[in-house]
Parts: sequence; C-alpha cells; structure tokens
Amino acid sequence: MQYLPNIIFILLLVVGVGFFVKNISKLKRNIFLGKEVSINDNKPQRWKNMAKIALGQSKMVVRPIAGFLHIIVYVGFVIINIEVFEIILDGVFGTHRMFSVLGGLYDFLIASFEVLALLVIIAVVIFWIRRNIIRLKRFFKPEMVGWPKKDGNLILYIELVLMFLFLTMNAADYQLQQMGAEHYAKAGSFPISSFIAPLFENLSISTLIIVERTAWWLHIAGILFFLNYLYYSKHLHILLAFPNTYYGKLTPKGQFKNLQSVTDEVRMMMDPDADPYAEPAEDAEVPDKFGASDVQDLSWVQLLNAYTCTECGRCTSECPANLTGKKLSPRKIMMDTRDRLEEVGKNIDENNGEFKDDGKQLLNDFISPEELWACTSCNACVEACPISIDPLSIIMDMRQYLVMEQSAAPTDLNNMMSNIENNGAPWPFNQMDRLNWSKES
Amino acid sequence: MISELKVPTMAEFFATGTVPEVLFWVGCAGSFDDRAKKITKAFVKILNKANVSFAVLGTEESCTGDPAKRAGNEFLFQMQAVTNIEVLNAYEIKKIVTACPHCFNTIKNEYPGLGGNYEVVHHTQFLKQLLTEGRISMEGGTFKGKRITFHDPCYLGRANGVYEAPRDLIRKLDAELVEMKSCKQRGLCCGAGGAQMFKEPEKGDKDVNIERTEQALEIKPDIIAAGCPFCNTMMTDGVKNKEKEDSIAVMDIAELIATAEDL
Repeated sequence: MQYLPNIIFILLLVVGVGFFVKNISKLKRNIFLGKEVSINDNKPQRWKNMAKIALGQSKMVVRPIAGFLHIIVYVGFVIINIEVFEIILDGVFGTHRMFSVLGGLYDFLIASFEVLALLVIIAVVIFWIRRNIIRLKRFFKPEMVGWPKKDGNLILYIELVLMFLFLTMNAADYQLQQMGAEHYAKAGSFPISSFIAPLFENLSISTLIIVERTAWWLHIAGILFFLNYLYYSKHLHILLAFPNTYYGKLTPKGQFKNLQSVTDEVRMMMDPDADPYAEPAEDAEVPDKFGASDVQDLSWVQLLNAYTCTECGRCTSECPANLTGKKLSPRKIMMDTRDRLEEVGKNIDENNGEFKDDGKQLLNDFISPEELWACTSCNACVEACPISIDPLSIIMDMRQYLVMEQSAAPTDLNNMMSNIENNGAPWPFNQMDRLNWSKES
Repeated sequence: MISELKVPTMAEFFATGTVPEVLFWVGCAGSFDDRAKKITKAFVKILNKANVSFAVLGTEESCTGDPAKRAGNEFLFQMQAVTNIEVLNAYEIKKIVTACPHCFNTIKNEYPGLGGNYEVVHHTQFLKQLLTEGRISMEGGTFKGKRITFHDPCYLGRANGVYEAPRDLIRKLDAELVEMKSCKQRGLCCGAGGAQMFKEPEKGDKDVNIERTEQALEIKPDIIAAGCPFCNTMMTDGVKNKEKEDSIAVMDIAELIATAEDL
C-alpha cells in the first residue's frame, strides 16, 4: 500500500491530461470544419509576430494598466509552471521537493514563485475589482450577460484559489521544516508564506502534514481542473494566442482578399474568345457559395480566431459603430462564431460524425444583418486585438453572402451599386462628365 | 491666383508618344462631389506650380470598386478592377497618386492580385516627396501658430500605416499640430468607410461623425485637416451640426498647402 498515493496521483494525472487531450482533439476537429486556406508564406515574420505579440505581450501594453496586470498574471502563470513540473514528478515518484538538489538556485526559484504568486493575487483582485466594482464599460455590453460574465469571474476565483493553495502548501512545509519533521528537509526560501506560517504555530506535526498534503493535492487537482476548464471557457487564449498570432494577417489591414471564383468568372466574361453558350466542362467544379452564412463557410483561421477570443472587449470599445450605440460589437461576432461552431460540433458528435441540418445558421440565428451593415470597415477592432483576431474579415464574408447570394443589401447600397454598374461612379453622374471639374472655375 | 488649371489627360500624352511622371487618379468624389472637387483643384494647382508632369485618365477613369467590395459585391468590384487595370496597363502606367485613401488602398493592395501592379502613393506622401526634393516650398506664414489637428483616414492610417506624411506637412506650415485623444493607430473613423457613405446609418445613439467631431472640438482646433474626401464631408457635416463652421475649418492637406502658397 506504500505506493497508493503514487498510483492515485498517476491516475489523476492520466485522467486530467487525457480528458484535456480529448477536448483539444475535438477543438481541432471543429477548427478544421472551416475552409482550407494554406498559410506557408513568410515564416520568419510569422515566428517574429508570435514571439513579439503572444510571447512578448507587445499589444497588451497599449492599455498600460490592464497590460501591466496581465503581464504579471502571464509571467506568474508561466514561471510557476516550473513548480508544477516538480509537483508532478514528486507525485509520480513519491519524492518531496525533488528539485531541492539545486540548492541555492532552488531557494531562489521558490522565492520567486512566492513573490509572483503574491503579485498574481494582487493583480487578480484588481481585475476582479475592475469587473465588479468599477464596472468597466467594456465588461458590461449586452453580450456579456449570463455565462460570459460568470466565466470571467470564475477564472479569477480559480486563479486566486490556486495561488492561495500554493502559498498554504509552502507555509505548512516551511513550518514543518522549522519543526524538523521527517521527510521535510530544509529546502527553499519562503519570503511570502513565512508570513502565513505563524498561523500554524500551535499545530502538531501530524496536523501540519495533513494541511500540507491537502494543499498539495488540492493544488495539483485544481491545476488539472483548470486545464480542463479551458475548453469550456473563454480562457483558451492562454494556448491559442500562440498559433493565432502565428497565422495572423501579414498583408496591409486594408487589403481584403479577392475571391478567386469571381476572378475566374470575370476573366471568362472579359475574354473575347470565350463561348458564352459553351457546355461547362465535365470536371467543372460546382462554384462555391459566395461569402459566409454559417461557420463552415469561414476559413479555419477565422474559426481559430473565434476559439482564441478571450472576450476582453478591446475591439468593441474601439468600434465606432458600438461607440455610437449601434448593435454591432466585434467581440459578439467572435463569440457568436464560437458558440455556433460549438453547436455544430455537438451536432456532429450526436450524429455519428455527420452534421445533420438543424435549421440554424450563423447568419440571422446568431448575427443579424443589422450588425453587419453597421460596420465601417475601419479596422479599429483588428488593431485593438492584442492577439491578432480579425472580426472584420467575418463581417465582410457575411456581407458578401447577403449581397451575392441573397441580394439583400440595404436599398441605398443597391442604388450605389447600380450607379457603379451603369456610370462607373457610386453617384448618378455620367462618366463622360468626369473631367468637368477641370473647366469649372 | 493662377487662372487656368493645366490638366492633361493620358490620351493626350499617348498621342504625343510621351509618358508623364505620374498618373493622378482623381476618384469619383474628386471628380463629382462639389466639396471634393476643390481638393482636386488645390492638388492640381500645386502640381502645376511644381511643374510636375502628370496626367489624369479623365473620362477613361471609373470607380475602383472599393464601395462595391466593402458592401459585399465582389463581382462588381472585380469587374470594375479588371476594366480599370486594362486601361492602366494599356497606358503602361507605373506610378499613381491619388487624394482618396479608398482608391489608394484598393489600387495599391487589391489590384496586384488581378494583374495591376503600380507604385501607388497618397497625395500627402507625394507632396512630402516634392517638398523633400525641393520642388515645392512652404514658406507662407498663413497658418503660423494655428492649431491644426489631423484626422487619420482609416484607409490611409490603420489600413496602410501612413501616419507621418500628412503630419510632417502640417508641421512645415509652421502650424501647431495638436492630436485628438484617438489618433494614429487608434484614430476614430469618420463613419463613411465600408460603403457607409452611401447609406443611412443603423439605429444608434448618435452618428459616428458627431462622435469624431466632438473629439476634435475637445482640443479646440482652428482647422481640422483631412486627407480623404469622405472624411472631409463627414467632418464638415459634424462641424456644421455643432454650429462651429464659422470658427473651425475642415480642410484637406492639399488645400492647406495651396492656400499657404497663395495658389
């Protein structure tokens, strides 16, 4: 029975990581429900963007307060993972503080984890205050009621609990070390938890061991829980920010893609040798649907964008349409895309791998034409996103569907377009009058 | 005042077997909109004064297709694009300057994929270049000490990363360049982009141009400088809405320079 804790630990680890891997494969499947686009260009620039924007948090600090606090939590999260690695090895091999052989370096590491843990606690508390007491406007938009609001707070609570468990574990350990308990050799330096330790002063060694072990187990179980919580929350950005910034747009923001299927059509029309009555070739592909009305019409990068969004709302708070009270919110575009994608994914799971028409789609059931038509295509949302999400491309693809598949543009725009068709200008002026300005005084 | 504008067309150059240094793409607003025509003329006056060899397409020019594409009509956009590219390529155009950021963006970024490859510059970049090369001078003290703020057009700024050329020109006017709270990368749209110019806005609390005008009024400018005919219209309307048209002028960078040079 000596190995029971090791076995329980390994089981916990396998179940925790296994469940996570299962969900990640589902996530991957869902993302690749999107249209194929191959992105192989300019790899050095892409790696650079990932290093700068995701790893280096370069765009977070555009808003200095949130940016600074976020960097604390981010650095804390990454660095404290070294400790998690030790905990896992200890758990598997039944050792205690395996890395303590590092001596002075170990003391330094533990000390820095503790300082970071405290800073994370402070940052998380400020984040909570911003969300719940100061009530920053961007956290109180119509799309932020119900689950998204709860989700945001839950993540903060989990992080807080994890940090407290970590410090409690260390404090009990420190106290045990002071008392010379067996198996608790002096290791590590505890600049923060040594202040908690006095609370444990009157406890017996056996009680302290229970406290230490409980905190240790809850901490690692909590981390595994959090890992699995990611998939169900907006928090996937901690992983997906990296691929998302890698696959982010490299061309100028104003450059929208040209549809190849349309180019082929236009070329044929302009070709004087083309026979308009010719039978289509046997192997001619059925032309794609123009634009997007559902998630499968979007590219996999756009769907990756949707899973990456952490609902911070910087896009929405910079959107001119949203600022002036229109329904459009770029964040909602991303949230709707993800919600619909999840729904489609579940549908596929329930129908043995085949999507069964559910009579719903992204357009109308999630995103209304009113939202789409309010966009000025100004790219403020794209610029504002700290991790290279592009809500504008989804808006434009959906407009394309409305106009090219449904002829459902607002009347004014139909007038504008028929003017362009007839006179080569968006207004009803004759093309022959184009140079009149040069003769007017 | 120089009386006659010299506006040669590509067809005229072609007839004499010569090529101009640059094609001036006027754009629909610059050709037809009464306010924007003034910008076109101001720019031509500067080109004339600097003896720049340029030409326009005149009646051979047609909409770039930008509003059609942004409205979702890819087919109409590409029809326009391919037609324009045929004209431009037939004249073997190498360099294009335009005073409209929408035309600028479309020709620069979206035409290459359809066979139209040109060096495209915005008129503020071109004017900056003329200044650097000493082909124009800006010594007039007309705007000395005036508070001028520059409203970044989305399709020049964020869309293509051009922020400094227009600002450098304003500084050269000896004017005091003041910035609105949202500027450059975070500049607020005027509300006209994405084909909004041609439709009524969706229901909301206020119009985008009013919001932007309020940002401008906060810093009490004498002049709101623009670099886009659509922004110009939107900001002019915004200033009128606030009944400030007597104290605040909305002017294109080209107009500022033409005025400073007393053209």
